[in-house]
Amino acid sequence: MTLLAWLLLATASIVLLALLMVAAGVFTWVERRVLGFLQERLGPNRVGPFGFLQWVADTVKLITKEDAAPAGADRAAYILAPAFAAIPMLTGFGVVAFGEGWAVADLDMGVVFVMGMLALTVYALVLGAWASRNRYAMLGGLRAAAQMLAYESFLGLSLMGVVLMAGSFRMSDIVAAQDGLWFILLQPLGAALFFTAGIAAAHRLPFDLQESENDIVAGFMTEYSGMSFALFFLGEYIAVMLVAALGTTLFLGGWYGPLLPGPIWFGLKVGLICLAFIWIRAALPRPRYDQLIGFAWKVALPLALLNLLVTGWIVVGRAG
Amino acid sequence: MSGFIALWCASAALASALLAVTRPGIVHGLMWLVAALLSLAGCFYALGASFAGAVQVLVYAGAIVAVFVFVVMTVDATPEALAEERARLSGAWRLPAGVVALVALPLLLGPNSTGLEPGPATVPLKALGALLFGPWAIGVEIASALLLAALMGARHLGRRR
Repeated sequence: MTLLAWLLLATASIVLLALLMVAAGVFTWVERRVLGFLQERLGPNRVGPFGFLQWVADTVKLITKEDAAPAGADRAAYILAPAFAAIPMLTGFGVVAFGEGWAVADLDMGVVFVMGMLALTVYALVLGAWASRNRYAMLGGLRAAAQMLAYESFLGLSLMGVVLMAGSFRMSDIVAAQDGLWFILLQPLGAALFFTAGIAAAHRLPFDLQESENDIVAGFMTEYSGMSFALFFLGEYIAVMLVAALGTTLFLGGWYGPLLPGPIWFGLKVGLICLAFIWIRAALPRPRYDQLIGFAWKVALPLALLNLLVTGWIVVGRAG
Repeated sequence: MSGFIALWCASAALASALLAVTRPGIVHGLMWLVAALLSLAGCFYALGASFAGAVQVLVYAGAIVAVFVFVVMTVDATPEALAEERARLSGAWRLPAGVVALVALPLLLGPNSTGLEPGPATVPLKALGALLFGPWAIGVEIASALLLAALMGARHLGRRR
């Protein structure tokens, strides 16, 4: 690679990181306004037009707040945990193809790479919980570990049907295979399972029992404040966007769409899925924890395996 | 360039593996184990085996060690337990371990190490899959039978009386 290519790549990465953080900030505002609308209240509407600058004010507040670790906390792990929440999610976006040729690194293992990055977030929750030396945090951490293992197992299987049909793990190949017909029409069960697991992987309501505030305060992040608290939230919002980007690539035809340029279509689809996440948050109550884990292992995992088996038969049957 | 990255990741893996076995706090040890596994994944990427690298992150760092952490978290890290662990680590094991390291050193520095020089031959995934379900099918089946046995064992131990 030439020096110019390296420089271009570095610039593209920095621009992407900056855009993602701004997007996460705007997402917090959108979420609060939309939730307000759905719950028949106003939401934040004071700072700037329609309250749009609320997220800037919140960022300034969080940066200037004191970030105090509790006495008896394990300092190293306490500081490392929020980084584990944000960094893998930001890294995962490196392989997302936003348009034709619009990817920082269009790895041939793109989908597996994103799955790996989603899997690493479990350390943020578990380490943060363990380091805080707090019973509520510990309960949250234990819930998080069991839940992440249960839901990641069928997250991977649910998208294998798409990978089989596209014949590649590369994001751009998967999108290219959907020219004309989106995979959500061919893989409806896979898509439903993927989005269910995606909500759990991004630990959003109704699958957020690890921080469910009505029984364990704030779960694994009970003790966190200031910027390290904000990093957990940054990680969560970017995880939602990463799951939405993955869903768009796998099931909604990626950058394909009439008239508008590809990256704009991609952004629109990701935004729509994010809105659906907020809607689901407002609409559904939390399940009981044993129902949550039982559903993952006893219903979703067998269904994902069945989906993979049937897809395999069809792909092999059509090829042979 | 990728040879340099591979060597860099390998050194990081070695250093974190060493720290993983010498830290008294067990959770810290596990964190270094995660670091070692991630460095190893970096090695795989740099040497062109990107599937092995991705699976390393997903399965080992993301799932297996996460289960270890799940179990270890419930162990209380009291000052007494830490002191006991420190006492164990400061024993006479250092001499034999040092001798083994000295014996292993030529393997690192020897002429075979030039095997790291990468032809950037990336391993195509379909070829890998064909190998796993062709010549190596029996190995894969034996591994899956082992996992199935473990699953049934866990089911048996966890059944409600």
